[in-house]
Amino acid sequence: MATVLHSAPRFASNEGVKNTLAGALGAMLLDAKEEHGEIVLTVERDRIEDALRLLRDEHDYQQLMEIAGVDFPSRPERFEVVYMLLSLTKNHRIMVKVTAAERTPVPTVTTLWPVAGWLEREVFDLFGVVFDGNTDLRRILTDYGFEGHPFRKDFPLTGYQEVRYSEEHKRVVYQPVDLPQDFRSFEFMSPWEGADYVLPGDEKAEPVPPAPNARPMVEPSSGKTSEAKPETRGPAPVEVKKTTDKPEDVGYGEATDKKAAKKVARGSTDATIAGQGHGNPTPEATSLPDPGVPDPTEDRPAKRPRKSKASDSETPPEPKPRSRRKKTGGDS
Amino acid sequence: MAGLIQEASPTTGEEVVSNYTINFGPQHPAAHGVLRLVMELDGEIIERIDPHVGLLHRGTEKLIEHKTYLQALPYFDRLDYCSPLCMEHSYVLAIEKLLNVEVPLRGQYLRVLFAELTRIKNHMLNLGSHIMDVGAMTPNLWLFELREDCMNFYERASGARMHAAWFRPGGVRGDVPLKLLTDIGDWVDTRLPRLFEDAISLVADNRIFKQRNVDVAKVSKEDAIAWGFSGPMIRASGIPWDLRKSQPYDVYDRMDFEVPVGTNGDCYDRFLVRCEEVRQSARIIKQCLAEMPDGPVSTTDRKVFPPRRAEMKSSMEALIHHFKLFTEGFHVPAGEVYVATESPKGEFGVYLVSDGSNKPYRCKIRPTAFSHLQAMDFMSKGHMLPDATAILGAIDVVFGECDR
Repeated sequence: MATVLHSAPRFASNEGVKNTLAGALGAMLLDAKEEHGEIVLTVERDRIEDALRLLRDEHDYQQLMEIAGVDFPSRPERFEVVYMLLSLTKNHRIMVKVTAAERTPVPTVTTLWPVAGWLEREVFDLFGVVFDGNTDLRRILTDYGFEGHPFRKDFPLTGYQEVRYSEEHKRVVYQPVDLPQDFRSFEFMSPWEGADYVLPGDEKAEPVPPAPNARPMVEPSSGKTSEAKPETRGPAPVEVKKTTDKPEDVGYGEATDKKAAKKVARGSTDATIAGQGHGNPTPEATSLPDPGVPDPTEDRPAKRPRKSKASDSETPPEPKPRSRRKKTGGDS
Repeated sequence: MAGLIQEASPTTGEEVVSNYTINFGPQHPAAHGVLRLVMELDGEIIERIDPHVGLLHRGTEKLIEHKTYLQALPYFDRLDYCSPLCMEHSYVLAIEKLLNVEVPLRGQYLRVLFAELTRIKNHMLNLGSHIMDVGAMTPNLWLFELREDCMNFYERASGARMHAAWFRPGGVRGDVPLKLLTDIGDWVDTRLPRLFEDAISLVADNRIFKQRNVDVAKVSKEDAIAWGFSGPMIRASGIPWDLRKSQPYDVYDRMDFEVPVGTNGDCYDRFLVRCEEVRQSARIIKQCLAEMPDGPVSTTDRKVFPPRRAEMKSSMEALIHHFKLFTEGFHVPAGEVYVATESPKGEFGVYLVSDGSNKPYRCKIRPTAFSHLQAMDFMSKGHMLPDATAILGAIDVVFGECDR
């Protein structure tokens, strides 16, 4: 165990607790681990009620403080339901978790703690995990008539519906989300730490190990111990491959395209959009003759007309970039 | 007994009046925010309450998943906007637990000092509005004076009156001026006791106030445990459970304070427990001010906490650290922790799942009001309709936190 430097809440020692509880749970237990000073017990889904009853009655974990849902879309059973238990007498906390899929109901624990009612409703509302035996499994946090389960990882942050007051209809209306700019999520895989670049055609190069991007996913709950993996901030094990395949990942999309199409072309007279182009006017065709070369004067002899193409071009030639500093005579 | 006699209504002749249902809220001054209570009444007696929450749901936890750890911090101010720094406290401690980063002693003292200031600030609002919900106007106005003082202290420390975002992973954002500490000391010594005791003396022994609160919504120890109570709610029921004492974080283990406990488990006890907590918080503040050492207020681990501005002007490395921290942010080792602190309303927990990247994979917030509000049904059964406001006031619910 690494030295504890942080000042987070210090409850009773974890020493031996994991083994005691693992022994008590017996066949119900699938996995037990102790990481970051937290004991996490994974139990069989169908026997969660028995397991929690045992922990409550025999091991003094009297209070159920919280039920949290977590979504790991890449797993066969994508949801984790985590029960936070607190022992007031032993002054200790543990977490008990089960896994679940969309169609596999989790037995309710409202029979053990009445507080579980709303906590299960919340997990159902936000993740769509069904709790078998909960008699009041209504939505709780989302809007009346809401569809979908918003905290799933595949539910977009912006949602699908937006609500506004319509002056026209004199009531609140629901409409599909329309954003002036698509949601942008930035790429944070640092090229200094993570990515491996292979030069095309560089056959002599050593075969590189697969890039961290393509590595098998390291999930927080995989049964590794803290000894096996020292706490370092090395290359980040990233759960989902962070690429920008889809246009909306980088902010492109219909809305942005539309806006880009409005951009003023150079030379157009339409200079109404502020900050877009210089609005140089397109030269209009007039009936006046081309002014051409000015008449020769005494000081300036007649010049041969230039043969360059510039005189034929429709747009006036680009102004020369001004030199940064005028040469002054004071230079020595 | 001559069998079952159906009670005839005195007003409608033979017709029997059945229960009726009313809506309390979502827009009601005593609902403390957007709470809708569907009440089934038998005359004026509450038969059943179905609280509808979620009208202020903003998907904070989902938003946090799309922000770096540091960018997610200000969301916590906006949960319980009556005690913002206590919300941040759980979150920064959860990150520090995953990172296993040490906070210098002065930083820990400052956090405890401001957490207690926040507790006073929160209780000023709650006690005042509880009193006002049962009909007394004056104390609320006086207590708001003190709340205003607390917000001024906030402003002098962080620059913001409410949403401070001052606790950071690794310490606090910046040191405070000495004058602020002496002013807090003066305030705790003189102004706070004078105004607070004055306001509370108007109601604590007041006959009407007692009639409205004593023996209303009594909760036994067993019920308090089963319904997941915490904070003043569980203490009023007679269980001396305070996370600051039993699971101390930061420098709470160095503090000398008492945990007030109720005997009756009713609304009046909850009120008195909070009153005493204010006095104990003042004690803790005085100890913090007396014992606070000099030194840095935040960790010197530059992979977590940005360097000082002056340092950046001369050191290339500091500049790089600053840039990396405010663009990419820091990476947190993979793992999961549940960190709960004693917020003024009870146990406020953060369940943080990290996948090793710079954003939380999942950040579940355990609100205090959620479980307390759920118990509203059984607490108010058999009470009169006006008692519902007293019960709600004594629960101390803020919807920013309840609905997230």
